Amino acid sequence: MNSPTANKHLETTADGQLKHFLSTSNHSRENLTRILELADSFISFGKREIKKVPLLRGKTVVNLFFEPSTRTRTTFEIAAKRLSADVINLNASRMSTTKGESILDTVYTLEAMHVDLFVVRDGASGTAELIARHLPDDVRVINAGDGRHAHPTQAMLDMFTIRHYKGAFENLKIAIVGDILHSRVARSQIHALRILGVKDIRVIGPKTLIPTKIESMGVVPYYDMDKGLDGVDAILMLRLQHERMEGQQIPSQQEYFYRFGLTSRRVALAASDAIVMHPGPINRGLEISSRVADGPQSVILPQVTNGIAVRMAIMSLLMGGQNSMGGKK
Amino acid sequence: MSRLEILNGRLLDPLNNIDGVSDVFIENGRVIAIGTAPDNFDAETQINAEGKIVCPGLIDLCARVRSPGADSAYALEKELRSAVAGGITRLVCPPDTMPVIDMPATALLEQDLAADAGLARIHPIGAMTRKLEGLLLTDMAMLDEAGCVGVGNALKPIADTLVLRRAMQYASTYDIKVFLTPFDPYLLGNGCIHEGALSTELGLPSIPEAAETVAVARDLALIETAGVRAHIHLLSSARALEMIQHAQSRNLPVTASVAAHHLHICETDMPHFDPNFKVLPPFREAEDRQALRDGIKNGVISSVCSDHQSRGRDTKLAPFSEASSGVIGLQTLLSLTLRLADEGVCSLSQAIALLTSNPAREISIDSGHLAPGQAADICIFDPNEMWELSSDTLYCRGNSSPFIGQTLKGRVSHTLIDGQLVYPFS
Repeated sequence: MNSPTANKHLETTADGQLKHFLSTSNHSRENLTRILELADSFISFGKREIKKVPLLRGKTVVNLFFEPSTRTRTTFEIAAKRLSADVINLNASRMSTTKGESILDTVYTLEAMHVDLFVVRDGASGTAELIARHLPDDVRVINAGDGRHAHPTQAMLDMFTIRHYKGAFENLKIAIVGDILHSRVARSQIHALRILGVKDIRVIGPKTLIPTKIESMGVVPYYDMDKGLDGVDAILMLRLQHERMEGQQIPSQQEYFYRFGLTSRRVALAASDAIVMHPGPINRGLEISSRVADGPQSVILPQVTNGIAVRMAIMSLLMGGQNSMGGKK
Repeated sequence: MSRLEILNGRLLDPLNNIDGVSDVFIENGRVIAIGTAPDNFDAETQINAEGKIVCPGLIDLCARVRSPGADSAYALEKELRSAVAGGITRLVCPPDTMPVIDMPATALLEQDLAADAGLARIHPIGAMTRKLEGLLLTDMAMLDEAGCVGVGNALKPIADTLVLRRAMQYASTYDIKVFLTPFDPYLLGNGCIHEGALSTELGLPSIPEAAETVAVARDLALIETAGVRAHIHLLSSARALEMIQHAQSRNLPVTASVAAHHLHICETDMPHFDPNFKVLPPFREAEDRQALRDGIKNGVISSVCSDHQSRGRDTKLAPFSEASSGVIGLQTLLSLTLRLADEGVCSLSQAIALLTSNPAREISIDSGHLAPGQAADICIFDPNEMWELSSDTLYCRGNSSPFIGQTLKGRVSHTLIDGQLVYPFS
């Protein structure tokens, strides 16, 4: 009955192929590595004059976003279009009071139009999984962020970026900094790093932003940023939702930046070739100084570029699995 | 003159220290003899209870049947059918109905609606504050006269400690019992799952253990100064239980009960995002579950309730944080409590006491036992019968339960209220 095993079955086919991509935690190292390798081959496409490949020709992808997003939705749209899929963007709003019935009704209606892949974002943890459980077997779901739970494609583009700059994962030291409590990105990063072999994963923040028993996820919490950054190979910054937490989880922006802002002085505590990452959009002067964000160790913009290749890789692997199952409908 | 006899069953009546094969004789709705038939007793109806256990009808200290409410009388009947199918003859219902039980008229209405259905009886808990808003006291003495077994504020914690203190003092004036469900409203917040490794993993808003311990600490301090008799419902944590045990050892007039599902399930049993496991208070850790079982063993917890709620299927088809909380429990109460005896937590007789004489004492009624002269509210069950919990075997409207699809042991064959056979349904 217990945890991750329960979901493995949902996210992979009987022969171990990717079926849905709802989390990083329910996938094997092998499958995560396949995504990274395939994404490598897609990177070069972005530089060509004709950027399209026909892998998803004739397939319909719906970006179903119940929560506003421009960056993530745009990269998914570009990724799908470069794979030659037909893409529909739906920014469906729903009030928190309208229950899941209406989420599923929306999904069923779209499914009746023969959608092949749903890319779903929602403010509640577990929505992508709920949808995946209620769709026919041949329809695929990618989680583009559910509540505080998971944002697996973001985590995979981060893994891709780390691998690109740092090579093998095994001996890396990685620090994730900021609002761990509310961050779906952090949770997915932690699982992906652990599965890919990183042993030294640190989370850094005040106790109000580090969830209880975080050690059970295989990380070590640090409440002193200077100590936490000591010798790390990559610094993964998180966005602080300061408008929601000032005076509650953090006393003020000034105090937060003083203790947990990433400055040049702090970057110098990490390994000399450490990279600085951020899922964006960044709050300059709140969680990261402009000098660092725009500095030589920042790979924040390459992350965005990599995001397209990684999402192309995940989409084509999911749909590849679909084809190998003997077509559809 | 109607006469009925129950023959060859194992009679279990914990209050009267009876445990053995013994016949029960009923006339005009009352038990008139145990063991030997009275002279010239000529029963019209015989129930052969061979191989079965005959015990007092079960009393459920906390169940919600949403009556009065927006639903029809037919909906109430379904819930009450589920109750008697589970061997329950009396239900104690919290006041969070629509309208709230904060006036004598609504308290009487609630009892009348149940009486009309002719199945299990309902004993209302009256509201402690008007509309459960936590601001103004209700007419507690009148609610008491209208049949309420006590007052409480259901799942809505009274935030203002002064209001709670006055409510307890006022209740104490008339020796009215207060029923408290311990939540600190601020620590409860919008949490939907125990704060622990699983809430961290799933990124769900959580309810810390302190939401319960802070409330119990406050309740106990006020109970002591007000001198009010109190019952704490739906305990979930080891720490809170410890505090109640300490209070009892100092002779504070406080008792405690727990929902049956909390004695069997903890955080690590929960499949991810499954609303069948969404309850309030939330399932906590293995140590908490063990402590609650120990509390049954050492008597700190004196009753087990169902905390039954029928939730519409659509309200469970939602992301976990938005799904309704609450599960069905009327038909699982007996099996889950018998399981405690099977697992060595308590004896069979103690298990039955948790569902009969003990809750009767909590609501100060002379019931939950079968001495001659008692109303013949009786449950007959086969302790070894295996049955599957499914939509097909449930009579209530909801079917959300962490035990759905599982095979349970111990099944009710007959339920009598006032000597009338109300289950199986005719």
